[in-house]
Amino acid sequence: MPELDELYQELILDHAKRPRNFRVPEGADRRAEGFNRLCGDRITLFLRLEDGVVRDAGFQGAGCAIFTASASLLTEAVKGKSEQQAEDLFRRFHALVTGHADQAQAETLGKLAAFGGVSAYPVRVKCASLAWHTLKAALSGDGAPVSTEE
Amino acid sequence: MANVVSIAAAAASLPWDVEVVRADFPALAQLVNGHPLVYLDNAATGQKPRAVLAALDNYYQRDCGNIHRSVHQLGERATEAYERARRTAQAFLGAAEPREIVFTRGTTEAINLVAATYGAANLRAGDEILLTGMEHHSNIVPWQLLAERTGARVKVAQVNDRGEVEMEEFERQLSPRTKIAAFGHISNALGTVNPVAEWTQRAHAAGAVVLVDGAQSAPHLPIQVSALGCDFFAFSGHKVFGPTGIGVLWGRAELLEAMPPYQGGGDMIASVSFERTTYNRIPYKFEAGTPHIAGAIGLGAALEYLQALGMARAAAYEQDLASYGAERLAALPGVRWIGQARERTAVFSLVVEGVHPHDVATVLDTEGIAVRAGHHCAQPIMDRFGVPATTRASLAFYNTRGEVDRLAEGLEKVRRIFQC
Ligand SMILES: Cc1ncc(COP(=O)(O)O)c(C=O)c1O
Repeated sequence: MPELDELYQELILDHAKRPRNFRVPEGADRRAEGFNRLCGDRITLFLRLEDGVVRDAGFQGAGCAIFTASASLLTEAVKGKSEQQAEDLFRRFHALVTGHADQAQAETLGKLAAFGGVSAYPVRVKCASLAWHTLKAALSGDGAPVSTEE
Repeated sequence: MANVVSIAAAAASLPWDVEVVRADFPALAQLVNGHPLVYLDNAATGQKPRAVLAALDNYYQRDCGNIHRSVHQLGERATEAYERARRTAQAFLGAAEPREIVFTRGTTEAINLVAATYGAANLRAGDEILLTGMEHHSNIVPWQLLAERTGARVKVAQVNDRGEVEMEEFERQLSPRTKIAAFGHISNALGTVNPVAEWTQRAHAAGAVVLVDGAQSAPHLPIQVSALGCDFFAFSGHKVFGPTGIGVLWGRAELLEAMPPYQGGGDMIASVSFERTTYNRIPYKFEAGTPHIAGAIGLGAALEYLQALGMARAAAYEQDLASYGAERLAALPGVRWIGQARERTAVFSLVVEGVHPHDVATVLDTEGIAVRAGHHCAQPIMDRFGVPATTRASLAFYNTRGEVDRLAEGLEKVRRIFQC
């Protein structure tokens, strides 16, 4: 039986209640939108890149606790990362929330390891990964809105 | 025959004994996440009584033949059972004749059928289709498609703050150009019971034909289409505690007869040649191909079960649950629900301040409580109340006051976890 406090860890509840970087960063030059049709989570993600490195990140939107905390922690985690590094982070994060990461791999994720509990709740994986799909779209810069139904 | 006599049905004249009723529904007696299941997602689909499971089993184990085309025993039995289900549906709805009952895949297909046949044959550019602001997407989109095809316009009677469409508003949106008025009997998102008989009178006076979406009323109210006065009535098998993939469109015989066919194929024809095809009589004209035979038989069993139970008694019991629920939930700080209509069923579209519906539903699920989080396929009414989604608890006659208490305790736990 999945444990609730594994899902709603302190860190996640904190970021859900007080999301960080909930703003439009000055000089943002990349932007993408994401939408989860199932539960109505909505995000607009903004990035400022310099020489292929994320210098600033922020978001606007609304959704469930898992979604909001994930977007908030994402904006912290990608700062200073190159596009390549950010995409690598997404791959490892995705492995974590879908239950494909072992303990050692989870530990490389730092604060993001708090999302390990999501893997016991398959319907919530989309909530945790929407912001990351949106990040990918913002980085690839095609500007098309992202939906988790795809 | 597959008629498992229900203990609850035998007790029809006695006071409602919910434990006896529950014993007819095997799925209710299970643990979910270590807790006895509290199933409060009845507006999405109902659980199935043993009588339905037995009817399905009997068809597949004994009577499995195709209908209307076999001379052999099994085919005859299947045909007899299928047509008996049609007569049961006729009686359940108080319809004049069995041929007014068309089996469809569900409410959605029934509405699409009317839009694609009656609608396409009768609507012209400039005509109007009247809906309300609380319709399910399946009673919106087929009409939008029809409007696109014909140049007709969709008009919407707006919902007030209590979640009702007022009569003056309904009349304001009617006009001599209204050719079809289509509205839900009970809102799946709010639980509002609409005065459909009065609306039908007004719509008829304006010259419109009326379709009632009965997806949420057939499971909870006694239905007499003759008393409602409408022209079409649609409902889904799975919501009346029958199988998925089957439903009913009732239509007045003279309208059905005049309508063009829906799909072409076997069973819907009288004769076919490459020069000329003549169509079968109603209802077969609208039942092309091998239908969901087992589903129809299972639906018949579900309707017989409900009739034996007594829809009026079930509705009275549910009203008691609704008032108990309102009292219990209103006492919870930080919890409210949208939809305060004077006529309501036991549906609570809950908003927990500061907590997203999906988080509410996840916490409740770990307590074994099944509710639905989302927009309930009724985005316009969610927009109307300024919420992206709600957590909906929808009750049925097999739920108990104790389960309402479990819901209230679950909501208190939600507030503890999210500290609000
Ligand atoms: C009011 C209403 N209309 C129509 C439908 C569609 O029913 P179905 O999906 O069974 O076709 C539903 C089901 O959710 C409903 O609640």
